Order: sequence, then C-alpha cells, then structure tokens
Amino acid sequence: MQLAVSTLLSGIAAGGQYALIAIGYTLVYGILRLINFAHGDVFMVAGLVVVYMSASMPLYIALPLMIVFIVALGFVIERVAYKPLRSAPRMSVMISAIGVSFLIQNFATYYTGGLARYYPEIPFLYDSVTIAGATTRWVTIVTPFIVVALVLLLLLLINKTKIGLAMRAAAKDFETCQLMGIKINSVISFTFIIGSGLAAIGSILYFTNYPSIMPVSGTLPGLRAFVAAVFGGIGSIPGAVVGAFIIGICENIVKVNPTYSIFSDAVTFIILIIVLGVKPTGLFGEKITDKV
Amino acid sequence: MSGVILSIKDLKVKYGGIEAVKGISFDVREGEIVTLIGANGAGKSSTLRTIAGLVKPAGGSISFNGEDITGANPTEIVKRGVTLVPEGRRIFADLTVLENLRIGAYLRHDSLKEDIEWVYSLFPRLEERSWQAGGTLSGGEQQMLAVARALMSRPKLIMMDEPSLGLAPIVVRGIFDIIREINKRGTTILLIEQNANMALQAADSAYVLETGRITLSGSGEELLKNEAVQAAYLGT
Repeated sequence: MQLAVSTLLSGIAAGGQYALIAIGYTLVYGILRLINFAHGDVFMVAGLVVVYMSASMPLYIALPLMIVFIVALGFVIERVAYKPLRSAPRMSVMISAIGVSFLIQNFATYYTGGLARYYPEIPFLYDSVTIAGATTRWVTIVTPFIVVALVLLLLLLINKTKIGLAMRAAAKDFETCQLMGIKINSVISFTFIIGSGLAAIGSILYFTNYPSIMPVSGTLPGLRAFVAAVFGGIGSIPGAVVGAFIIGICENIVKVNPTYSIFSDAVTFIILIIVLGVKPTGLFGEKITDKV
Repeated sequence: MSGVILSIKDLKVKYGGIEAVKGISFDVREGEIVTLIGANGAGKSSTLRTIAGLVKPAGGSISFNGEDITGANPTEIVKRGVTLVPEGRRIFADLTVLENLRIGAYLRHDSLKEDIEWVYSLFPRLEERSWQAGGTLSGGEQQMLAVARALMSRPKLIMMDEPSLGLAPIVVRGIFDIIREINKRGTTILLIEQNANMALQAADSAYVLETGRITLSGSGEELLKNEAVQAAYLGT
C-alpha cells in the first residue's frame, strides 16, 4: 500500500512536470509544424539560471527573474533561428532547431565546465511530507495542482481570448489569418513565450526532485515530454497533458523493481509504439492534414 | 461621378521567373462594382493577392484613397479598409461561425454587436448555425460566411476571388444578390470571376484579363454585348 501510494504520487508528479514541457512542444508543433528540439535545452537552462542566480540573490527574486529570462530566451530563439526560415522547407527549420539545441548545450558546458551543479533547495517544495505512510517532498504533492491550474488557465486563454482565437486560426491557415489582419509573427512569438514560460515553471518542480543539474539534464525530460505530446496527439493540449501523466506513471511503475528500473525509458517507447500502431494520430490527435 | 478609390498603375507580379501579371492599369471608382474576367491563369488572382499585400509586386504602383499602398503588409491593407474574400472561401473549419465572424474583425477594438446583427440579417442561415463549426456548413453557406467575415472589418473595398466557384447556379444567384446588396449600402466591390455572365451583369465597369494583360475594358453592359467576349467567355 505504502509502495503503491508513493509510486503513484511520484508518477503523477513526474507526469505533471513532463506535461508542462510537453505543452511547449505541442503548441509550437500546432502552429509551425515544427518539433522544437531546443525546447528540452531551454528547460535545462531554466534550471541552470536558478543555480547561478540563487548564488547572488534570494530565491523569491531569482525564480521570477528566471521565468522572465527563459521567456525572453524562447522568444529570441524563435526570432533568430526559426523566423528567417519561415518560407524554407520544414526540414531546414528542424535542422536549425537541432543546431540551437547543441548550441545551448555547448554554452551550458562552457559555463559549468561540464560539472554537475547543485540545484538550490527551494523552501516548502523541498520539505518532506508523509502521506499514507509514504514519505515524499511537498513538490510531489503540489505539482499536479499547479499543472491543472496552469492548463485550465491556458485553455481559457486559447478558447476565450482574441489572441487565443488567432492562435487556433493560425494553426490552420496562415494566409487567411493575414487577410484578417493578424500578424502571424506576433502570434508565433506569443506561442513560444507561453511554451517557454511553462517549461520554466516545470523546471522548478522537476529539478527540486534532483540534487544536481548538468548541461544534458534537459535531454531526457525533453524527450519524454516530446513522446508524451506525440502519445496524446501532437498539436492537442489536453492530449499532451494526458500523455505526460500516463508516461510519468508508467515510468515510475517500471522503476518500482530496481532490477528493471534501467529499462523505464525503453518501456515508455514501447508503449508509444503500441499506441501509435493502434491509433496513428495519438490519443487526442486529429487527422493529420498538411497546411495548404 | 464619384472619385477613384483604388488605382492600379502598370502592376507587375512575378512568381520565380514567371511573370503572371505583365503591367496592368485600372481604376476602381468609389461605390462601383468592378469586375476582372478572364480564363484560368490570366493573372486575376495574382492581381487581387498583390493588392491585399500577400504578394509583393515586381513593379508598378497601387494606391488606395489617394495613398500609396504598394508593397504594404496585409495588416496595413486591412487597416486601411481593403479586404479580400479568398478563392475557395478559406473559412476556418474548426472555429464556430461566430468565431469566424469575430476573427474577421480582428483589428477592431470596438463593439461588434451591431455588425454581427447586420451580417446575420443579410445571411439568416448563418445565425441559425452560429455555434456550429464552420467546416460543417455547405459550400454556399461557407461562401456566405467568407463574405460575412470580410464585412466584419467594415471595409471600404471588398475584393472577391471567384465567389461562385463550385456552387450550384441557384446559390450563385443568391451570392450575387448579396454582392449587389452590400454594394448598395456603400461598399465598393472588386470582383474576379470565371462566371463572366453573372459578373458582367452585376458590374458597373469591367476588364478582360488575358495572360497577364488587360485586353478589353468597358461597362459591364458593353462587354456583355462585345462579340469577342461573347465568343470567349459567354459561350454564345
């Protein structure tokens, strides 16, 4: 019982953290049909920025400042690496994304000297709590609530506001959006800002569970979140969230047995392959239609 | 006689190395229905897309209300009161009818209530389907929605690219009635059509476009009676 509770709790928490990253993949894919390979690395930078900032300022200043910085980073990456390729073939933009991913990792290695850095202990989130006999950190408990609140806010934004309307329309037809007077580049920038902002918040929750952070620390969670987005049906926000929770929970169930815990990622991918074999567009995916 | 609202001078449009529009000039006077007719590939759509700002012209000038708008971006063009109802309607299939109307008024910040009531009075079918996704409408209803969406920006000039394309004759007649109705309320209309008969009947003035050049012009009535036009476009 105690094991079941703790497995489920950490599975849900990991899922919630992946969800915050997965939304960034799915939003950007929805509008640009681009897999933003740099997204996991932006997530890693969010962690590193906290490491460095917390050395010279209190966390209650460092954390909000970090979110602002990461949002700006997401915006700049889009403007510098993707926008000039707007009319280029999709493959070129993807290669640009891979390039940005390497660039960020290299920069991170340069700054950290390739060494693991200690992620600061964030008060309250880091503190322990015991539920039904299972001891865990508060971050495990609050993550799902934060994720659900953020997702609801996001859905409200997308379904009830003017910029949300423009985002939904731009996901289908750039040219007609332009005929409505919509500035496509602003809508795309806005999408990157939301995606990076959510990844920044996700990084706080994620890295609190890990003692240290390295330049490659964004790769695995980024990959898992990407899988979650595909699993749920890339382009769909509820899909990304549900996919992320499923993957987080599966991963933690596999990890229960220490002998097999090393296979947790492989199991994740096997599940993905099975689901895509049965439902090629993912759980919530629409029929994939190429933009005209 | 009212003044010129849109003036095109020696407009050239190129795609890659191919010149689709080879230096055309024409004027649209305020309050008129003007039509460009011509076969597929004559350069009609390219002309409208260039005026709308989707394509940058390779040469020549476009002025609207006396101001030069050559090469301006689409947002700027919509702000000035020029809107394009694109070929194939291009309504947003996933958005509801009402959302399609709202997005037509994207650049406006005032209340849309009156305008929505007005377009619903023009197209009662749309009001019945207000909460349906645009993609569930029939072809004729989608065309109505595309026109209604364009009206939401309160344009001075509406350009329409083949509004009759793929619609049953009775539906086409309905669309043209609406075009006349909108025009009567003071909106200038620039219409391109392969359905030359309907277009010329509605038009105050008309131009024939052939392989990127204007080869004939006159009032709608004159072109209807023109033998060359009759042979080439009216099938009589």
